[in-house]
Amino acid sequence: MSFVSSALRRAAHAVLVALPLMGLAAVQAQADDLPGTDRPEARGLAIAKETDNRDKGWGDAEADMEMVLTNAHGDTSTRELRSYSLERTAPEEGDWSLIVFNKPRDVDGTALLTHAKILEPDDQWLYLPAVKRVKRISSVNKSGPFVGSEFAFEDFSSTEVGKYSYKWLRDEPCGELTCHVVERKPLYEHSGYTRQVVWTDTTDYQPRKIDYYDRKDALLKTLTLSDYRLYEDNFWRAHDLYMVNHNNKKATRLTWKNYKFHEGLTEADFSTTALKRAR
Amino acid sequence: MRKSWAGWAAIALACAAGPAQAGEFEFTGYVEPELQLFLQKASRPEQPRANMSLAGEVSAKYFWDDGDQSFVATPFMRLDMHDDKRTHVDLRAFKYAYIDGAWEFRAGVDKIFWGVTEAVHLVDIINQTDMVEDVREREKLGQPLVSLSTYQRWGTVDLYVLPWFRERLFPGANGRPATDIPIDTSQTKFESGRKRRHVDFAARYANTFDIWDVGFGYFRGTGRKPILIPGLSSGGSPVLIPYYAQIDQLSTDIQATKGAWLYKFEGLWRKELNDRYLQGTGGIEYTLYGLFDTPSDLGIVAEYIWDERGANPQNPFANDVFAGVRWTANDIADTSLLTGAVVDMDTQATFFSAEFEKRLGQNYRLSVEARLFAGQPASDPYYTLKDDDFLQIRLARYF
Repeated sequence: MSFVSSALRRAAHAVLVALPLMGLAAVQAQADDLPGTDRPEARGLAIAKETDNRDKGWGDAEADMEMVLTNAHGDTSTRELRSYSLERTAPEEGDWSLIVFNKPRDVDGTALLTHAKILEPDDQWLYLPAVKRVKRISSVNKSGPFVGSEFAFEDFSSTEVGKYSYKWLRDEPCGELTCHVVERKPLYEHSGYTRQVVWTDTTDYQPRKIDYYDRKDALLKTLTLSDYRLYEDNFWRAHDLYMVNHNNKKATRLTWKNYKFHEGLTEADFSTTALKRAR
Repeated sequence: MRKSWAGWAAIALACAAGPAQAGEFEFTGYVEPELQLFLQKASRPEQPRANMSLAGEVSAKYFWDDGDQSFVATPFMRLDMHDDKRTHVDLRAFKYAYIDGAWEFRAGVDKIFWGVTEAVHLVDIINQTDMVEDVREREKLGQPLVSLSTYQRWGTVDLYVLPWFRERLFPGANGRPATDIPIDTSQTKFESGRKRRHVDFAARYANTFDIWDVGFGYFRGTGRKPILIPGLSSGGSPVLIPYYAQIDQLSTDIQATKGAWLYKFEGLWRKELNDRYLQGTGGIEYTLYGLFDTPSDLGIVAEYIWDERGANPQNPFANDVFAGVRWTANDIADTSLLTGAVVDMDTQATFFSAEFEKRLGQNYRLSVEARLFAGQPASDPYYTLKDDDFLQIRLARYF
């Protein structure tokens, strides 16, 4: 009897404490409960899952992006596009995205629709506005450059936990924050990388820096993510992504703006029919 | 025709004037000078060895109602130095669209593409071909239409009512490349007594099943491709007169996307006059990504084209093979080179083409094309283009 009541009291106490903090408390508890440093694989996976958990529920989003490509001589070229995305929750599915180019002007209206998968190749359609043609395209070109930039298609696709295996390396300061440094290896086919090293901050669990190692395991590129802003009290988005290629000395800067969430986008907005009317 | 466009304009303006809230306006376009150099002496003295022309297109788009309603107007114009038939204006688009969730309604002038293959576009039927822009039949004229589309879990359905027929544009007496005997569009004939006012109907179902993208189409109305009948001009010289028959057509287009391989098929069954026949085309497209450890890609396309009627004057592609290579640099300038040849397996007649494209700076695009016709026997429908090999240079300024 006394055992039951004390258990009840403890449960009630837990609920009372947890309720006002809800999501945050649950999340924090999990973060504190990271597997020990003696289990680097489990710890690395838990960090990735934590990043993923904190981003759940964003639903759908729209944003504008500017991309500035710089070559070794400092010459620049600019692209502008609008991005729409839809969160998918089924375990074998990645998120859906639709991007529409606005600049350079000769590719204005060109659009790319992606229904991402976890390990299977994504379903991808390209819309060519001059001939009004929707073309299903091969998505095995993961390592190819995205519109001539230093971002590969795979750098640009949605980050899903199941795409990699993980290994925690160390914790270390990163700027004003502390970061978990985790190595991840792509499990999907056709990747241009043997591994990536990701610096994830220990406060908000957002990636701050990623090193990309090529197929010969040499450091190829470094991505720095900054200007994080919080949306709807829940979703962090980096607004400045700077990719440097150490081999060819070229760089690409992505700048995001006009983020909007929960605009009511549905599957119909990510169909090949919608692709034809994209703008 | 001008009258029908004016009607659509009135409808569109009425719709546009309705909403009070501010929308979003976009204005884009290009101006493109062109130089064409012909490698042989022409078959008619009035045809030039070199030709210059200027093309331009503007697109004004207005979106409102959170993007659920829109109006788009895209007029195109070309001024040609020699050919008064190539000097033409066309509304590529002039349409009002209304989207309600999974439904979309459109009215006006628009371009609709059906199909998956590269060499010929067999099942593509909604729009008329703009032959003065491209002998390969890739440029299309705007088609007046009313359409209703729906996207559902079981697939996408599009229904089209096409209230006005557009005649194919052919080069004039001074134009090149052109048939040796000029086409006299002033004597155009129709099977239907309603002529251009015959109301056509089209429907399409499309869906994606894993790696398969499948479409089925139906068309009933005035055939887009005329039968060319020998005749005499008002001056008594020999001409070809276009005759447009009524057709019924069922078609399918299928693509399987497996890794770096695309497998494609297009087929149709057509009833035309007293004839019933099948046509088909299909093949593969394979891309080698990251060629020789560079960022560039090399795509290979091989397709076969077949017509149940065998060699016939209406269709140059009755038993033909197409092989092509597409090189994409994936650089800042989007440099690409596309070369290909169609070979007639019956006659070995070859139609070769090469296209090079590159962006210059932020706003210019250079394209260079070469077209060569070789070995066409007198019986081949392309025989008449045999002396029209040419090189074409275009430089577009986008804004």
